[in-house]
Amino acid sequence: MPGLDTPLSQGRSLVHRLDPRARLLGLVLFSLPVALAGSLRTALLGLVLAALLLALARPPAGLVLRRLAAVNLFTAFLWVFVPLSAPGQALFHLGPLAYTREGAALALLLTLKTNAAFLAVTALVASIAPPELGCALQALGLPEKLCHLLLMTHRYLFVIQREYLRLLTSARARGFAPRTNGHTYRTYAWLLGMLLVKSWDRAERVHQAMLCRGFKGKFYCLADLRYQTADALFLGAALLASAAMILVGRAA
Amino acid sequence: MSAAPLIEVKGLVCGYPGRNPVLRGLDLALRPGQRAGLVGPNGCGKTTLLFAIMGLLQPQAGEIRLFGTTMQGPKDFAEARLRLGFLFQHADDQLFSPTVLDDVAFGPLNQGLSRRDARKRAEETLDLLGLADFAQRTPYRLSGGEQKLVALATILAMRPEVLILDEPTTGLDLATKARIVELLNGLDLAILAVSHEPDFLSQITASLFSLRDGRLRESAVAPHAHVHVHAEGDLPHSHDD
Repeated sequence: MPGLDTPLSQGRSLVHRLDPRARLLGLVLFSLPVALAGSLRTALLGLVLAALLLALARPPAGLVLRRLAAVNLFTAFLWVFVPLSAPGQALFHLGPLAYTREGAALALLLTLKTNAAFLAVTALVASIAPPELGCALQALGLPEKLCHLLLMTHRYLFVIQREYLRLLTSARARGFAPRTNGHTYRTYAWLLGMLLVKSWDRAERVHQAMLCRGFKGKFYCLADLRYQTADALFLGAALLASAAMILVGRAA
Repeated sequence: MSAAPLIEVKGLVCGYPGRNPVLRGLDLALRPGQRAGLVGPNGCGKTTLLFAIMGLLQPQAGEIRLFGTTMQGPKDFAEARLRLGFLFQHADDQLFSPTVLDDVAFGPLNQGLSRRDARKRAEETLDLLGLADFAQRTPYRLSGGEQKLVALATILAMRPEVLILDEPTTGLDLATKARIVELLNGLDLAILAVSHEPDFLSQITASLFSLRDGRLRESAVAPHAHVHVHAEGDLPHSHDD
């Protein structure tokens, strides 16, 4: 099932061997200075550090590049609109609009920050399998309801996708071919409506089944989370990296 | 037959809003070690009865006593459920965890076992059912028969005192059915099972009830010959597999 698998969480790299909680804490330490960075130098340092981290996680290059392309589709829009709307020294004119140097610098800063944050998330969070992510977030003290939502959403996306495909297949088997007409829209609307109703019913049955096994609103994780020396080293390094970025930002 | 009933239902009236109740004054008692089968046409209220016993449906009238205690509300049911093993009709609804092991450990964890004990209990149960190789598999990628066996493991791991089975063999092939019969007959547990298949019920239960007009009546089990169809039935075959 394309799009719903989590291939990045499968590896056995140094990063994958870190405790998921340490990876999440490391991400917080790293992403705060990146998000708050006001200078190009800080952002550039962040990008380099994130790229190093990603190299340690050893994800499949093709996949990362494809995802990077998707992210930078958004930053491309920044390069169009920010320099045209920011005041400052004009590099060139597009009719009545000026493309400014200051705007371009801001777009560059945003691009660097976006990519740095994206690479760090890819290295640290995408490397955690969703069930583990739920347990780790719960262990870090996030609201349990949010963690349940995450876990159940991940678990049932597959089921709902499969149900949707089954309905679609049965529609096709009866000669349905999507076109731009009322019949097609109505069919899709019914299909989605049915999917919603079925998901609702299923949620109720699953909840009843959970109650029958003594569910009292709390999930217990079987996974044994344990901090080790590597995690302490990693968090120390993340702290240093964070401090370095802040210092570089101050010096600028 | 002198032991106090594990499950006792008196004058149960139950149904769904806007319709006539499907259960109209139903009585039932299941004693320790008793194995009762329940048959009846579609929509006669078999599942409704099981859901009412589990406290998943609110009856309009009647009394439900579980393990000698009259059920007064959700709290009583929540406690009683920890001692009842309910196998749902669709295993798909019962399995929700990322791995089979997590799913089998879910009940024991809710019963208050430590993580280590729950994991051990889950592994033992999977072993008992011959499913040890499935521990790390993903439940929704298993076949229907495998899912049913895992669902059975999830409730057996809770060491229930009664098994309540809702159509345990629907959609299963003969081999899986035979395996479930063998497993259930190897357990020393009271069973209340609902099925469309009297043949299957007679293999795992000692008494048969039919649900008609919203009440139960005991049916006489009288074996008699039937003509039936087999694929390649002209070849020598066995009815055990």
